[in-house]
Parts: sequence; C-alpha cells; structure tokens
Amino acid sequence: MDIFIQQIINGLTLGCVYAVVALGYTMVYGIIQLINFAHGDIVMIGAMMSFTVITSLLAANTGLPPLVILAIATAFAVPVCMLTAYVMEKVAYKPLRNAPRLAPLITAIGVSILLQHIAMLIWGRSPKGFPDLIKLENYSIGGAVISNIQIGIILLSVVMMAGLVWLIYRTKMGVAMRATSQNQAVAGLMGVNVNKVITSTFTIGAALAAVAGIMIGTYYSQAQYTMGELLGLKAFCAAVLGGIGNIAGAMLGGILLGLVEALGTGYIGDFTNNIFGSNYRDVFAFLVLILVLVFRPSGILGERVGDRA
Amino acid sequence: MTATTTATTMKAQPRTAKFWAGVAFITISLLALPFVLAMVGTAWVRITNLAILFIFLSLGLNIVVGFAGLLDLGYIAFFGVGAYVYALLASPHFNIHLPFWIILPIGALAACFFGVILGAPTLKLRGDYLAIVTLGFGEIVRVFLNNLSRPINITNGPKGLAQIDPICIGSVSSNPYNCSGISFRGTDKFLGLDFSGPIKYYYLLLIFLIAVIIINKRLQDSRIGRAWEAIREDEIAARAMGINTTNVKLLAFAMGASFGGIAGGMFSAMQGFISPESFILVESIMVLAMVVLGGMGNIWGVMLGAVLLSFVPELLRYTVEPFQKAMFGKMLVEPEVIRMLLFGLALVLVMLYRPSGILPSSVRQRAGAANPAKA
Repeated sequence: MDIFIQQIINGLTLGCVYAVVALGYTMVYGIIQLINFAHGDIVMIGAMMSFTVITSLLAANTGLPPLVILAIATAFAVPVCMLTAYVMEKVAYKPLRNAPRLAPLITAIGVSILLQHIAMLIWGRSPKGFPDLIKLENYSIGGAVISNIQIGIILLSVVMMAGLVWLIYRTKMGVAMRATSQNQAVAGLMGVNVNKVITSTFTIGAALAAVAGIMIGTYYSQAQYTMGELLGLKAFCAAVLGGIGNIAGAMLGGILLGLVEALGTGYIGDFTNNIFGSNYRDVFAFLVLILVLVFRPSGILGERVGDRA
Repeated sequence: MTATTTATTMKAQPRTAKFWAGVAFITISLLALPFVLAMVGTAWVRITNLAILFIFLSLGLNIVVGFAGLLDLGYIAFFGVGAYVYALLASPHFNIHLPFWIILPIGALAACFFGVILGAPTLKLRGDYLAIVTLGFGEIVRVFLNNLSRPINITNGPKGLAQIDPICIGSVSSNPYNCSGISFRGTDKFLGLDFSGPIKYYYLLLIFLIAVIIINKRLQDSRIGRAWEAIREDEIAARAMGINTTNVKLLAFAMGASFGGIAGGMFSAMQGFISPESFILVESIMVLAMVVLGGMGNIWGVMLGAVLLSFVPELLRYTVEPFQKAMFGKMLVEPEVIRMLLFGLALVLVMLYRPSGILPSSVRQRAGAANPAKA
C-alpha cells in the first residue's frame, strides 16, 4: 500500500510538470491550431538558463539563501524564454498565418532543431548536473515519502495554473484570447488586436515552460539539450488527452499522464512477473492516449465539434 | 523540373523526337550515375542508395499525407517493422535464411497489418488527433524494438540485429555463404565494369523506385486517388458523394504502410545491420519534411524534397569542415552541429518563401489562388 501512495506522489509531481508544459501547447493550439513542436525546447532553454545562473551565483559565493538563488534564476530564465518564444513567433509562425496548415508545422520542427543545436553550442553536448541547491528533506505520509522539492513543485504548479485560469477567465486579456480562439476574424472585428493576442499567448506559454524547466531541472538534478524532446511529446500527449485547446483538459491530462506513468512503471513488473520492466515507461503515456482517443475522439474534456474546414 | 515537363508532355502532346531524346538522356544518366559516383567515392553510391530509399519512403508517406490528407507522424514505424521482419527472417539471429522475394511481401504485409490495426480504430479522429496518435504509435514501436530482448530475445534490444543477409537473386536460401544466384555482396565483373555491392543495390532500388512512381501516378489518377483527394478537400462532402470514407482512408493508410514495409526490407538488406536508432521520431519527421518541403500531393515535388533533404546534409558534411579550415584555419564548430543548424534554418526558410512546397501540387495551387485563407 505504501508503494501505491509513493507512486501516486511521484506521479502527481511529474503530472504537475506535464500539466504546466501542456498548457503552453494547448493555448497555442487553441488559438492558431498549430502543434508548436518547439515548445519542449523552450522548457529546455529555461532549464539551461537557470542552470547557468545558479552555478554562476554559487561560484560567486554570494551566500544568498537557496530560495533567493532559485528566484533569481527564475527571473532570468522566464524573460529569456519569453523573448525566444516572441522571436520564434514573429519570424517563423506569423508570416505563415494563412499558409497551408502543414507549413507552420514544418517551420516549428525547424525551429526546434535550431533551438536544440544552438543550446548545444552554448551549453555543450553532455548533461549538466544541477547543483543540489535545496537540501533534500523527506516527510513521510502513510508509509510513503514526499520530499520538500516535490511539495514545492506541486504547490508552484497549482499556483501557476490558478494564475493562468484567472488570467483567461477574469481579465480583459483572457476575454480577448478566448474570443480569438473561437473566431479570429470576428474577434478582430470586435476590436481585439489578434496579432497581439497570439503573441502574448506564445509568451505566456513560454513563461510557464521556463518555470517547468527549472522544476524539472531541480527535480532530476540534470539538464541536457535534448531534454525538451520527450518531455514536450508527453506534454503534448497530455494536452490531447484532456482535449486540445481546453485549459482544464490540459491540466487534467497532464496529471493523469503523470499518474499513469508512475503507477504503470511501478506495477508493470509485478503484473507481468518481471517479464516487462520499467524500461517500458515511455509506452504508457502513448498507450493511454491511444486508448482514450479510441473511445473519446476529442479527448476527455474536449467538446465534440463538427468538422469545419 | 525536366521530370515535370516530361510528365505533362506525355499527356498533352504526341510523343515527339524531343520527348524520346529526353527519356534516353535521363535513362543513360541514371544508368551511368553510380559509376560516376563510384569514381568520387563508394560512400556517395551508398548515400545515393539511401536517398532513393528515402524517395521511396516519402512517396509512400505522400499517399497518406499528400493524397488523403491524413497527418502521420509515426510513419517510420512501418519502415521499422519491414526492416525488422527482413532482419529476423534473413539473419543468423534465428538462423532463418529466406530469400528476399518471400520476405519483402511478408514485410509489406506485416507493415500493412500494423497500419490497419492502428488505422481502424483511430482514423475517425480529426486531423491533429490522428497526428499525435500516429506519433504515439511510432514511439511505442520504438520502445518495443528496444526492449523485446526479454523474455524471448526477438529484437536483440538496443544492440540491434547484425549480419543480415544481403539480397541474393535466384537462390532459395539467402544465406550469403551458399548463395547460388547473383549475390549482392562483393564485387562482380560484368561487361568489363566493376559492379560493387552498393552499385548492384542502386540498380535494384532504381527498379523498385520506378515501379513505385508508376504505382503512385496511376493511383493518383484512379478512382481511389480521386476519392482521396475528395476526402482531403472536404470529408463531409466526400461522404455525401457516396465515398466510404473510413475504408478509403484505411486503404491509404495500409498502402502507405506497405510501401514503408518494403522500403524497410530493402534498408535491412542494404545495411546488413539495423538497430532501433534508425526508427526514431526524428526520422518520421524527416520523411514528413521531405513530403511537405517538396510539395505534398505532387509526386515530382515530393521526390525533389527527398533528394534535397537527403543530399544537402551530406554535401554540408563534406563542405563545412574544409570551409571552416580555409576561413579560420581551424575547426570552430563541429560539422554535425552546423549541418543541423543549417538544416533547421532551411526548413524554416523554404516554408516561409514557399509555403505550399517547392513544387506545389496543381490542386493546392488552385485552392491557394482562389482562397488563400483555406487550403
């Protein structure tokens, strides 16, 4: 039983990170129907930036408390990621707003390749070990263990998600975003600056991704230029699982995916007499995705929309 | 471009002397190509062979993405299935050595089977949902290839399968040590020319490629091809016109998968060694990029895209290093990184300037001209 609770805790932590990244995918998709393949790499840029800031602050022996260092790292990583996303949108996606649908998908792939290799030039090929900034403390609940980092990740994710929901449902900006996602042309006629809304969607997503990168970096204590690839894919899976374009769906999908992955990895050995082991970890996300989509073709919370060209 | 003009001439006008001269020129240059390349280096023959294989693959994917408009991001999985089927049935791994003309159809059928399994429940999904499901399928296949070395060693895990038999024509066993027919291993002298292994594969691949081009062309102009086009443009209208959309889409999926399977078999035989590394997501994306970059739905465009994306990175590999040495006197950046950077940049730039691909299909040109917002 305690193993079960332990896997739930691990799954929740991972799921929260997936959810935060998935939000970026789902917002962009909701507004311009683009699978932003480069979003995972924004997460990577966030992790790498914070790595640089943290190590240089530690090397400078500033004696600042760990949380302040983390906050400074975040304060650096978030604007860098937002700027990256801004440039990316301006250069690679905006000119293709009215192009055939697959054209921006290919540029997104191109941008992803570019970001990865630029990061490789800057930070090198080998994984960077994050310094153990925060002293790991474990608390036990019902026989399972939860660390202070896990608590931090879960809390921070929840706060960010709440903030995003507030932004989308309670502010003028949010109204404009929702209007644009429903019908760009009409939103434009109603006085919404569609281009600005799209740009800010990208940058907000990037800000979330930057924080997710820092969280993943501190959680696994390492970062590498390819780390955004699989993470991005799974987060995109999460977004689709919940119903792409749907904010609550992305959160639900992310957490669900994290739980399934943790529980699946934890129990597959027992269920199959160790014939299949935890090396099948990456299969669960996609298997669940296919199964859910077979029965609910628009995702868990997605509305059934008629085919519109 | 020559190819396109020949294609249009074929339909519009009677075949003139000029047309036949063109055909003769292309034939002779294609036949002579491997020997010219072999003079530069055998590596270039191999690169050309891989390029032909990728043309083959992208023509297969073109059926799914270009003709039927179904976005498939896991296409390489079918290639992988074909490759592993070949490797398992013609290698010392299980000590089975079936001849290639039995294995290739088996590989195609296996890939087709996987295509149908994946397609049947998921083809009702709308565009991007289908994309992510196919992507997931590709990842699942990769993970299984990586891990099916336990409990029974089927795929030999990440180490991959080696010593795959080369193709042997005219023999019942493909075991290279008792191949009684024409073996594709080693060099043969024929008409005073040295036919090395890669050159022999070149000719075989060329024959396959011509067959697949003809099949593609005929499919496009057929009833099924028109049904695919109708579905791509407007699925509901297509259904209203009496097209069984599910079956027709499934057919596109299965056909694309079978082509992938055959290409995989050829890849296995040609390389002699395969590992899950060759069947990762990046490869799927590469093939998709070839299709879209060249101009999806247009056979000649797709081929052009495949040729460009196969050769340009290789050319860069051979030019970037000397160029840096000449410019700065030393290596500043690894060639591999520059290669990828330029590749990413090329994807972005080509799409920015030619959003419908380098050679767009006529249908898309029409749609684009009439209503730039749609297409």
